[in-house]
Amino acid sequence: MGRLTFQGGVHPNYRKEITSDRPITPLAAPAQVIIPLHQNIGAPPEPLVAVGDLVKVGQKIADTEAFVSAPVHASVSGKVVAIENRPSCIGKEVLAVVIESDGQDTPWEGLQPYPALEEMSPDDLRQALREGGLVGMGGAMFPTHVKVTPPEGKKFDLVIINGSECEGYLTCDHRIMLEWTEDVIYGTKAFMKVTGVDKAIIGVEANKPDAIELLREKLAAEEGIEVKSLEVKYPQGAEKQLIKALTGREVPSGGLPVDVGCLVQNVGTAAAFAQYLKTGMPLVERVVTVSGSSVENPGNFLVKIGTPFGYILEHCGVVGEPKKLIAGGPMMGVAQITAEVPVVKGTSGILLFDKKDVPAGDARPCVRCAKCVDVCPVQLLPLFLMDYSLKGMLHRAEEYHILDCIECGCCSYTCPSRRPLVQTIRMGKADVLARRRKRQ
Amino acid sequence: MLQAILSMGVFGLVLGGLLGYAAKIFAVETDTRAEAIGEVLPGANCGACGFPGCNALAEAIAKGEAAHDACPVGGAAVAQKVAEIMGVDMEAAAELAPPKAKLICRGGKEECRQLAEYDGLPDCRAANMYASAGRACTYACLGFGNCARICPFGAITMNENRLPEIDPEKCTACGKCIEACPKGVLTLIPETARIYVACSSNDPARKVNKVCSVGCIACRICEKVCPADAIHVENNVAVIDYEKCTLCGLCVEKCPRKIIMDERD
Repeated sequence: MGRLTFQGGVHPNYRKEITSDRPITPLAAPAQVIIPLHQNIGAPPEPLVAVGDLVKVGQKIADTEAFVSAPVHASVSGKVVAIENRPSCIGKEVLAVVIESDGQDTPWEGLQPYPALEEMSPDDLRQALREGGLVGMGGAMFPTHVKVTPPEGKKFDLVIINGSECEGYLTCDHRIMLEWTEDVIYGTKAFMKVTGVDKAIIGVEANKPDAIELLREKLAAEEGIEVKSLEVKYPQGAEKQLIKALTGREVPSGGLPVDVGCLVQNVGTAAAFAQYLKTGMPLVERVVTVSGSSVENPGNFLVKIGTPFGYILEHCGVVGEPKKLIAGGPMMGVAQITAEVPVVKGTSGILLFDKKDVPAGDARPCVRCAKCVDVCPVQLLPLFLMDYSLKGMLHRAEEYHILDCIECGCCSYTCPSRRPLVQTIRMGKADVLARRRKRQ
Repeated sequence: MLQAILSMGVFGLVLGGLLGYAAKIFAVETDTRAEAIGEVLPGANCGACGFPGCNALAEAIAKGEAAHDACPVGGAAVAQKVAEIMGVDMEAAAELAPPKAKLICRGGKEECRQLAEYDGLPDCRAANMYASAGRACTYACLGFGNCARICPFGAITMNENRLPEIDPEKCTACGKCIEACPKGVLTLIPETARIYVACSSNDPARKVNKVCSVGCIACRICEKVCPADAIHVENNVAVIDYEKCTLCGLCVEKCPRKIIMDERD
C-alpha cells in the first residue's frame, strides 16, 4: 500500500526548510493593536467597549447573540483609542477596535482556568469553545463551537486533527506539534470529549518525520488516538481531501464532513483550545510563520492578534526589492495592498517576496492540455468552469459543480498558459450564489 | 363515372367538415399581439435581448414578462411600435424610466491613488474581490470596463484615464451597466435634473484627502450656497434633492473640488 492520499493535487516547491528549525519566538506587543471585530465566518460581533475605555488582556471586547459567530478579546492591556473601519487582510475595510498598549500586558481579572476534562460535560466544553473565541486557525476562521455541533440527525464518529500543513513556506503547525505536543494531545482529547467520539487520527504529512515520531512517542500509552503519515502533496490539508486520504470516505457534493461522521480540526486550534482550558486565557495570540525571499530573518513568531504586518516585518528585516506581500500560504493566501493590515485568528503566515520571485506575464489562450483537469482534487473541469464564469453562463457552471470548487489553486498553478483559473472560478462562484439568492 | 364523382365529392365534404370542426376544437390559442409584435421586431434573431430569437421575445412581451423596449437592436422606433401594440403609454413609461446613466466618480488613474499593482483578471467583478485592485479609495470606479462591455447600445467607452464615458445620445437608461457595476458608481439621474454630484465615497474628509484629488470632502459649501435647501451632505457625501433643486448652478460654481457636474455646459 502506498502512502495515504487523494486523487489529483500538485507538488510545488515547499521551501519549508527556511523556517522549520526556527523555534516559536514570542514577539513583544506593538504600541498599537488593530483588532478587527469580524474574525469569523458568520455574523459579525458587536463592540462591547467604547473609545476611551481601559481594557486588559483577555477581556471580551465584542460579542453577539448570533450562533454562528465568535467573540473577540483584547490582546494587550491599554486604552481603546478608536473604533473605526480599517484595512483588513481580506481586502476590505472592516470595523476594528484600536487599542493603545500600556506595555504592561495585565491579564483581565475574570480569567479562570477550567477544571480537568473528566469533570466537564460536552456542553460545558462547547460553551468554553465559544467563550474562548476559538475559530478554525488553519485560515478559514469557522467558529469552532458551531463546527462541533452536528446538525440534527447527524453524528460524529471520528475526530481528525489536521497537522498536514500542505502549503509551502508555512511551518507554524509543524513547530506547534514539536513544541506544544502536550497541548495538541490535550486539545485532541477535548475534541473527542465534546463530540462523544472515542477515536481520533492526527494526520501529518511525511515531510515532518520529527513531529510524527514525537507524537507517536507521547501517545504510545494512550488508547484511541492514532498518528498517520500522509503523502506530501498539495492540498493534502484540505478538509475533504484529508478525510478521503485517512478514511477513504468521500464527502458528497455540496455536503459537509459531518455527512461522513468526521470532525476536522487544525493542530493549532487543538493547541489553542487546550491552552484556553488550562489557563483561561482566550485566543489573543497565535503562531505566525514569517518567510519569503525578501525577509532577512524569517521565523515562527508568537504574536498578539491585531499586530500590524508592517511591525512584524520591521522586526524581521526586509531585504532586496519586496514586491508581493501575502497573508497565508503561497497557494491560498491573499495578496495584500498595504502592510497596515493586522494579524487575525486565521493568519498562518506572512510572506514577502522579492521582485525576481514574482512571476510576470499575461495569460495566453487555453491550449486544452487538460493539466488543470488532472490536478483538480475535486475532479472538476476548471477550463470549462473558467469559460462559463467569464461568459456569465452561470447555469452551465452550476451544472458543472462550480460550487464544489475548494479554491485550492492547483489549476492556476499548473496551467502552462498562466490562465487565472481559480481567480475566475472564484468570481463565478460568487455570481452563482448571487443568482441563487436573487431567485429565492 | 357519376357515381365516382358523387362518392368522392361527398367523402370530401364530410372530411372537410370534420377538419373544420377539429380546427375549432383543437385550436391553439395564440396571442395576436405576440404575432403583431413579432412582425415589428427586426427579425435578426440575434439574441441580444436575452431571449432565444425574436419570436420568443415577442411572446414574452405579450405575456408581460419583458418590457416593451426589451429589444436593444430596434431601439426607440421599435419600442414605440411595440408600445402601441401593447397599449403602453410611451410618455408615461418615459417618465418612469429616467433617461440617462451617469458615472458618479471622477477618480481615474490620474486622480485616485493606487496602493499596489494589480495583475489579476481585467474584470471589475474579479478586481472588486481582490482589495479593489489596489485602489486607495474603496468606493472608486475600478476601470476595467464591465459597463462598456455590457452596454447593448455601445454608449459607453473607456477613456485614457480608465473611466467610462457615457454618450447621452446613445444611452437608453436600460440599466444594464448599473447592474454590472460592482462598485455602484453608475446611477440613473431623473430626466429633469441636469446637475449631479460625481463622487460616491462615504469616507471622512481626512481619508478622502489622502486617497483622491476629486473626492467629496463634505465641506458643506454647497449646502451653504444653495438657496433652495436642495443639497445636503449625507454620510460624508453631498446629495441633491431633485424635488427642490432649481438648477441655479451655484453649487456647481462653488464646489472646491469641482465635482458637482452640470449637464447643460
